[in-house]
Amino acid sequence: MSVKDQVVQILAEQALLDVSDVTMDSTLDDLSIDSMGVVETIFAIEETFDITVPFNANAPEDSSFDISSVAAIVAAVEGLVAQKG
Amino acid sequence: MNRVAVTGAGTINALGHCVADTLDAFANGTCGIKPLEFRDVDRLSIKIGGQVAGYDEAEHFNRQQISLYDRFTQFTLLAAREAVAQSGLTFSGDLSVQAGAILGTAAGGMNTWDDNYRDVYEGGKNRVHPFVVPKLMNNAAASHLSMEHNLKGPTFTVSTACASSNHAMGLAFQMIRSGACKAMLTGGSEAMLTFGGIKAWEGLRVMSKDACRPFSANRNGMVQGEGAGVFVFEDWDHAAARGADILAEVVGFAMSSDASDIVMPSKQGAARAIAGALQDAGMAAEDVQYINAHGTGTTANDKTECAAVADVFGAQADKVMMSSTKSMHGHLIGGTGAVEFLACLMALRDGVVAPTIGYEEPDAECALDVVPNVARTAKVTGVLSNAFAFGGLNAVLALKSV
Repeated sequence: MSVKDQVVQILAEQALLDVSDVTMDSTLDDLSIDSMGVVETIFAIEETFDITVPFNANAPEDSSFDISSVAAIVAAVEGLVAQKG
Repeated sequence: MNRVAVTGAGTINALGHCVADTLDAFANGTCGIKPLEFRDVDRLSIKIGGQVAGYDEAEHFNRQQISLYDRFTQFTLLAAREAVAQSGLTFSGDLSVQAGAILGTAAGGMNTWDDNYRDVYEGGKNRVHPFVVPKLMNNAAASHLSMEHNLKGPTFTVSTACASSNHAMGLAFQMIRSGACKAMLTGGSEAMLTFGGIKAWEGLRVMSKDACRPFSANRNGMVQGEGAGVFVFEDWDHAAARGADILAEVVGFAMSSDASDIVMPSKQGAARAIAGALQDAGMAAEDVQYINAHGTGTTANDKTECAAVADVFGAQADKVMMSSTKSMHGHLIGGTGAVEFLACLMALRDGVVAPTIGYEEPDAECALDVVPNVARTAKVTGVLSNAFAFGGLNAVLALKSV
């Protein structure tokens, strides 16, 4: 499964939605994933890809990990997975 | 001072997943203590306990809830649902801000500690789930209870080892008696039956390997249990005005500290709490027909407790019935007073006194009527419920029939 598909699956599971309802331009707000949900999602991403996500829940906007949309999250995860490479 | 009614009761413990099943077990002298079932139990020397059987968390909670609710929180929420349903109360408007929750637990989210320590120490993992802290904290159950039932008044957890639930219920009683609140959810919960939980207790060498036999000369220690008991305490006039079915009246509460030893109980400390509860209730020893004993099945507790009761009750000590239901459900530590409160309600309401099972040999140092092995039918209008904790902290409640 591609990084994109795995990220979409994690988000869908967190949002209790079908994967088909998670589109690339969705925001976490659109998916009703709140701040606790974001932290849980990041944990799931770290566990799935064995990476460390640079994310501080106190100041999400200052984190280098972009969570502004599903596409941004996928790109950020792809970058971290490639670095691990 | 306002009178305090009990208008709801709920539980889950080794004897049943509801009040009716638990009372049946009390009346039949059923033992809920069985071989423990969890991983690595073979590495323990103590392999029995009062474990909640036939329990599947997924039947009651969704995945998201389970990620936040430790087993002790789950037990609390289930017991509270039963209690609130029985009371018929809905917490909205003014009642919501005049209602709260005071709960007892000794160890809080022990399963969460145990599982995650295992992962990071034994499993070498360097990352834990983000909700470990909100899941394991001792006030998690009280907080989730307040969210589930919209309780916006005083809400907190007390932790006084084996007396936690009695301290919690005593404070809830005072909260209503003083007029600070109209209704309180109160009681306690414990879920310490994990490898680490039992291993810690093993160290003290006060645990029995075969049975809990309170007051019996051949007793050889305590047996742990798990579960929760939650009750609705309500301002009497508030309950009466809405025609609620009042289960019993809480009439007195006293606490004391031995100020002497971190584990050994003191007769004087226990006696002061017992006498204090009677005084607070305006009751004489003659007004009490039943005492729910702390009765752990350890040598130290049982003889000290009997001596304390004999001191306070004098000649009346020969007439009062005193049983320990820990012989059936085990010692729920911080939740124990709450499950034992059910035996008090049964005595007052149904006129059935729960027995001390496993009683095999009289002990001259425990020469009270301990209602050995078989439940007894009796007219009971006044009861006491004892709890004497490690750390020398004592809490005794007094109740009356309606």
